[in-house]
This record gives sequence, structure tokens and C-alpha cells, in this order.
Amino acid sequence: MKKKTYSFSIGLKALLITGMLLFTFAFISCENQRETVQQIPVLNFEEFEPYLKKNNDTTYVINFWATWCKPCIEEMPAFLKLDSLYSGQKFKLVLVSLDFPDKLESQVIPYIRENDIESEVVLLHATDANSWINKVDSNWSGAIPVTLVYNKNSREFYERIFTFEELQEIVQSKI
Amino acid sequence: MNGYSLLKNSKKLFNQKFRKMKNLSLLIFSLFIGLSLMAGGYEVGDKATDFKLKDVDGTYVSLSDYEDANGFIVIFTCNHCPYSVAYEDRIIEIDKKYKNKGYPVIAINPNDPDLYPSDSYENMKVRAKEKGFTFPYLFDDGQEIYPQYGAKRTPHVFLLDKSGSDYIVKYIGAIDDNYADADAVEKPYLEDAIDALMAGNDPDPDFTKAIGCTIKTK
Repeated sequence: MKKKTYSFSIGLKALLITGMLLFTFAFISCENQRETVQQIPVLNFEEFEPYLKKNNDTTYVINFWATWCKPCIEEMPAFLKLDSLYSGQKFKLVLVSLDFPDKLESQVIPYIRENDIESEVVLLHATDANSWINKVDSNWSGAIPVTLVYNKNSREFYERIFTFEELQEIVQSKI
Repeated sequence: MNGYSLLKNSKKLFNQKFRKMKNLSLLIFSLFIGLSLMAGGYEVGDKATDFKLKDVDGTYVSLSDYEDANGFIVIFTCNHCPYSVAYEDRIIEIDKKYKNKGYPVIAINPNDPDLYPSDSYENMKVRAKEKGFTFPYLFDDGQEIYPQYGAKRTPHVFLLDKSGSDYIVKYIGAIDDNYADADAVEKPYLEDAIDALMAGNDPDPDFTKAIGCTIKTK
């Protein structure tokens, strides 16, 4: 009887330890997964505006996109390739998502994860677009995708879709 | 883009060789005018074209069908665009509010269904029925009307005022200042513009911008 109780308690302990190990493992892997996905800040226009006005030696490529925007998604690989080509140089790509903030978890983050995007991504949530579109560029109609390429010497705004070669040509002339 | 590079090349040629030739500068000038016309689209004050486009019920709709209308709220919109979807209920409310006052909504889907299958004529019928659209939802088959208006995105509003047999563009732009929350709207641009017209005034502002979905062509 005593022996039986003993073995029962061993079994319980083993079960408990296994359970704890499993839990710890699950927790760690979950943490790891979280670490691989960058934090995406949700910014209003005031908070975002400094991205348009950096005054240093770097060339900035600011692409306005959204997961629902088909042409944006079509040209995204060109931007990602550009970013990997110029990484380590005075070049910075910022992907400005115009997705609705309630789609951050369900659309934006899964897209970032599936495409292993390491470039900086921010979500711009600024409702009265009429008050800020012209501050990005007065030629912007409001449709996306659009891309702003600037450094301290030049500034160009494009309401169009790019291939990688076209982007590279523009950036190469500036760096 | 070809037109642009043509212009650029012509300019180069002009600078290099024919600086003094007046006729060439005239050519460049007319090329420039041609290009700006090609860029197309109405500005406030322009006369808008009528059209004959197919509604979701199979009938064809023209502005001239509405003999009693004082004007029109022409909205380029579609099924697939989240901004359009966000405004559907508001467009229905605006139609209900202003139709009886002589300003009905005419919605036009400008997209090519080969590029956006959810914007096909069949899917337009489905969406119009689901939402209970109170206004015509027309298909710009062949994409001939939206470039004349200069619609750049969905939704994109062109408010027209009837003047004799002409339709004069009075307001171009956004419905309001908050796509995300109808209850948080501070500037109902379109309603303010219609109210101004009904009071015999010109809308102010008469042009606004908004984020929207690109109207794509092949």
C-alpha cells in the first residue's frame, strides 16, 4: 500500500515536471516568435512628420502602402530587394502602412511576418487626410502607392509603381 | 511617361540646336498643352460630361434621365476598397437625405474587373443588394468615364450643379474628414458643399483630398 502511494507520487511529480517543462518551452518559443516580428508603431501625422524632414547624410525612401492595396503589394519585393542591397550604406527605407489600425494584428503583422520584412514599418493613422496629404507632397492625389525619395540635397515624389531597376537607378544617383 | 520623355527630349533638342526658332517653341508649347489635357480631369467650374452606363438592375442611366434634379453627387467607388466599404453606409444616408432635395447620388465603379475580380458587374449586383443601395451603382465598362472626370481614387466625389443643360463641377474630393469613424467626423465636406449649393453659394472648400484606393488600368 505504502509502495503504491510512493510510486503514485513519483508519477505525479514526473507529470508535473514534464508539464512545467512543456509550458516553459512553449513560453520561450512564443517569446522568440514575438521577437522576430518588429514592433509597429501607430502614429498620427504630427508624430510621423519628422520622417519626412530628416536632415543628414542618409537618403530616405518613404513608401506609402497598405495590405489591401494590390499595386502596393506587387511592388513591395522591389523595395525589400532595394533595402537589402543598400543595407549598411547611407540609405533608409521606411514602409508607411495606411492600413486601418484595427487591421494591424490581423493583416499588417501577418504580412510582415510572412515576408520576413526587417525594414522599418510604421502605421500612419491620421484621419483628416486633407489636412496632411499636401504636407507630404502637393502633387499627391491621395491614391497609393506613392514613394518619396529624399536627402538633404534633393526631394522627389512619385505617384506610380516601381520595378527594382527603376528604384535602384534613382537611389544610386543619390548615394 | 512616353509623353513626358518626348517633352523632355524635345526640350533638350530645343536648347541645343533651335534656340531661336519660334515655330519649334510653338510646337513645344502645343505639346505641353496637349499633355496637360491628356493628364485630364475636371477642375471646379468645368462642365462635366453626361454618360450612359449600366446599373446593377440592367438598365442604363444618364444624368439627362433626371429631369427634376438640381444636381448630382457623382461618387466613384467600388467593392474591393476598404475606404469605399467604410463609406457605404454614409453614402446611403447622404442619398436619402439629399435625393428629395434634388441632389441624388450616382455611384460609378471605375475599376477593371480583370484586375479586381471583386469589382465585376456580377459582384456589384451582389454588393448593391447586400447593402440595400438606394442609388444607382453604375459600371464604367471600358473605363471611359472616370478619366474624363479625373477620378484618381475610390471613393472620389464630384458634386455637379445643373445649369440649363450643363452640369457644372462645384466640389471635388472627400466625403468627410474621418474614414474610420462616422461619429467622429468634424468636417462633413460633401454635405457642407451640397448645403452651400442649396443656399445659392459656392462650396468652401471646393476641393479636398483623401487617401483612397488607386483606380487601376491595364
